[in-house]
Amino acid sequence: MADTMANATPAARFLTRDRIIKWAPLLVLGVLILLFPFFEWLEDIRAGEAHAYLIDSRFFSIRNAARIGIAAAPALMVAVGVTFIIIMGSIDLSMEGTVSVCAVIFAFAFLAWSGTVLSWAWLAIPAAMLVGAAMGFINGLVHVKLKIPSFMASLAMGFVGTGLALLLTGGDRTRVEDPIFRSLLTERWLNFPVMVYVAFAFLLIAWFIQSRTTLGRNFYAVGGGEELAHASGLNVERVRLMGFTLAGVFFAVGALLAVGRIGIAETATGNNFMFVSITAVVVGGTALWGGIGGVWNTLVGVLIVSVINNGMVVIGLPAYVQDAVLGILVILAVVLSTDRRSVSFVK
Amino acid sequence: MYELRKVDKKFPGVHALKAVDFKVNRGEIVGLVGENGAGKSTLMKVIYGAYQPDGGTITIDGTAVRFQNPRQAMEHGIGMVFQEQSLITNLTVMENIFLGYEAQFVKFGVIDWKAMAEAARRQLAKVKLDINPATITSELSFAQRQLIELAKVLTLEERIDGDLVILLDEPTSVLAKEEVELLFKLVRELTNRASFIFVSHRMDEVLDLSDRIYVMKDGEVVDVVDHDAAEVDAIQHKMVGRDVDKEYYREQKQQPYGDEVLVSFDTVSAGNRYKDISFDLHRGEVLCLVGTEGSGREAILRTIFGLQTPTSGQVTIKGQPISSFNARASVDLGVGYVPRERKVEGIVAGMNVYENMTLSQMQNYSNAGVLRTGEEKSLARTWIERLAIKTPNENKDCGGLSGGNQQKVVLAKWRSGGSDIILLDHPTRGLDIGAKEDVYEMIRAMCDDGAGIILVADTLEEAIGLSHTILVVKDGEFQKRFDGRPGDKPSLYDLVHHMI
Repeated sequence: MADTMANATPAARFLTRDRIIKWAPLLVLGVLILLFPFFEWLEDIRAGEAHAYLIDSRFFSIRNAARIGIAAAPALMVAVGVTFIIIMGSIDLSMEGTVSVCAVIFAFAFLAWSGTVLSWAWLAIPAAMLVGAAMGFINGLVHVKLKIPSFMASLAMGFVGTGLALLLTGGDRTRVEDPIFRSLLTERWLNFPVMVYVAFAFLLIAWFIQSRTTLGRNFYAVGGGEELAHASGLNVERVRLMGFTLAGVFFAVGALLAVGRIGIAETATGNNFMFVSITAVVVGGTALWGGIGGVWNTLVGVLIVSVINNGMVVIGLPAYVQDAVLGILVILAVVLSTDRRSVSFVK
Repeated sequence: MYELRKVDKKFPGVHALKAVDFKVNRGEIVGLVGENGAGKSTLMKVIYGAYQPDGGTITIDGTAVRFQNPRQAMEHGIGMVFQEQSLITNLTVMENIFLGYEAQFVKFGVIDWKAMAEAARRQLAKVKLDINPATITSELSFAQRQLIELAKVLTLEERIDGDLVILLDEPTSVLAKEEVELLFKLVRELTNRASFIFVSHRMDEVLDLSDRIYVMKDGEVVDVVDHDAAEVDAIQHKMVGRDVDKEYYREQKQQPYGDEVLVSFDTVSAGNRYKDISFDLHRGEVLCLVGTEGSGREAILRTIFGLQTPTSGQVTIKGQPISSFNARASVDLGVGYVPRERKVEGIVAGMNVYENMTLSQMQNYSNAGVLRTGEEKSLARTWIERLAIKTPNENKDCGGLSGGNQQKVVLAKWRSGGSDIILLDHPTRGLDIGAKEDVYEMIRAMCDDGAGIILVADTLEEAIGLSHTILVVKDGEFQKRFDGRPGDKPSLYDLVHHMI
């Protein structure tokens, strides 16, 4: 190793495989941001309209950035929650059910307690987060105590959640029209709605948990080597339980932002979060076998997914193509970021 | 017919094979002996194509060959019977025998099971095994599976033109005495079909079966002995080589140990892992468990660390009788475990130096779950300096450090947390000489600090050089206890005698 390093050119020494893998997601995001305006520019040139690259772009504008932010905020919260789980080397597929239940229970409680944030109804917000925590906790219990693989336990819990939400609503939509709650979307600072700042604040909290708490350290230890974590005296089961509980809280925050965005809580509120959040985590560079990655990776991943979704709309690709593009993106991300020679347990 | 000339193999920090000459004649049974780490497994892996040599030549009947993988080696007639068996237990016997070579039975895309069963029966007849080829492998005894493994390798006979060379890696380690005799009889009969390379820890078996014996030490072939000239004593001396170097193992720093008992075993047994083990570990003592692979040494370590619950007997740590065995409780009592597989159980690659060091004691570096990273880093800096850990700084990923430095990080993890019962499982495995000496130095320093150490050493020399007390175990049972006062240490031969 030392020999090869000494012989390499400065450029090769700088562009190590590890560095490239580490920064690739950000690079991809940058390329996408420049690419979509280029498509737009080509389109307009072909249509014979005058168009300056980037400057006249509909995609590359503050207004569109805010649109991307609104779309990304709830997904970011869900993806951050599942990031912790993936760092542990497990997976959580319960997000759609959890989001639906949290959204519906929030709306019911909020309306039952007078329906405005300026009363006791604000308690519906922590209540929803508690519900998320409880869902995650049960999810973790099923996984750890009944020794069911996390993907199966969480997938099943997700269905339970969706069913529960349907049971509660009877299939109806519940409108949350309190203007103060809706100011998550309507109130803008520096062109971006409040919900974007809220999401960012929770991202910082997640970062704090990841980097500065024993819990965060434990996630990495369990994901990096469960045997070793155990052999260092860590209570691996407890770490897993807390991980799933924490993920549940972030799913709940995602649910609140989702309700804030459209003003409606229903069983379908949770739809699509699974694919988008897992895609974002993987595309952001967090390793599916655990131990590597973090919430900043997830931010970049969510932005990549949101930019692609938004960009495809702007350049006018049919909606059904978008899922296919995202699917291909996941495969590409895993292929590029995995040293598959060293992973022998591909099952 | 099969010959290696001046074959060399290097790994980072280890010269595993040094210009090895090795030859197998037609119909011959060649024995291969050597201590752990002498290079036997590397040599075998080169022979069956899992490793490519860095230098030297391999020839079959005078033609040079080079294998990229085991499959290519098989196509040249080199077969391997693995110690840890390679059969897939949920498949039938015949599926296992023809795994990867089913195409010969396929007609119109469908497997002709009757033809396969018939062919499998022919293979089983070669090893005198009369069972239904459609039996699920997991229903068979270990000895039967061993024979199936052999039958599988013997299918090469029909597939290739040249002669067969079959490697047997510790084939007798789990067989009963009668089964061993049957296997040997079979191998002798099969020499009209193939040549064999026989690797075993059991010297008497190697002497019994082999026509010629290669003795390896430190990556070199130090002797080749003919069957008739072979003597156990002479070979054992060759295997262990030079006399124990007192300077090397810091023997002059060995102090008498204290009176306080840290760990006490009173006729402790754990299923079939070990039986009726008793000993006391005192402050300042290095107690070494000596025995062959699978003799129960590791299981004893794992019991002290709470990972293997005993079935009877009483374990006492620092005066406290232990009733529930778990790692957390052991860690809290001051037990630290330095496992053999550094990559699996030693350090978390991907986490940096200070994160690894505080992994077992985060509660001491956090308030209500929030880490005091500054303190962690200063602790790491202290230990980096104290143990001369070669790393640019405490933020470096541990996975990028050399083996010796990773080992120092693991030791620092336990020592910095105040652990004073240190379990070392092959602490110097895979380290170069300088790094080994650092580990020896640390062991002496820990004893001076009042720690007690239980060691499973990488070599016998290490065991003798470092220990106050040596316990020899064989097949899970206590054999003999040696006192290792400086100047009055047991010889290698004394130990080997009781081990095998």
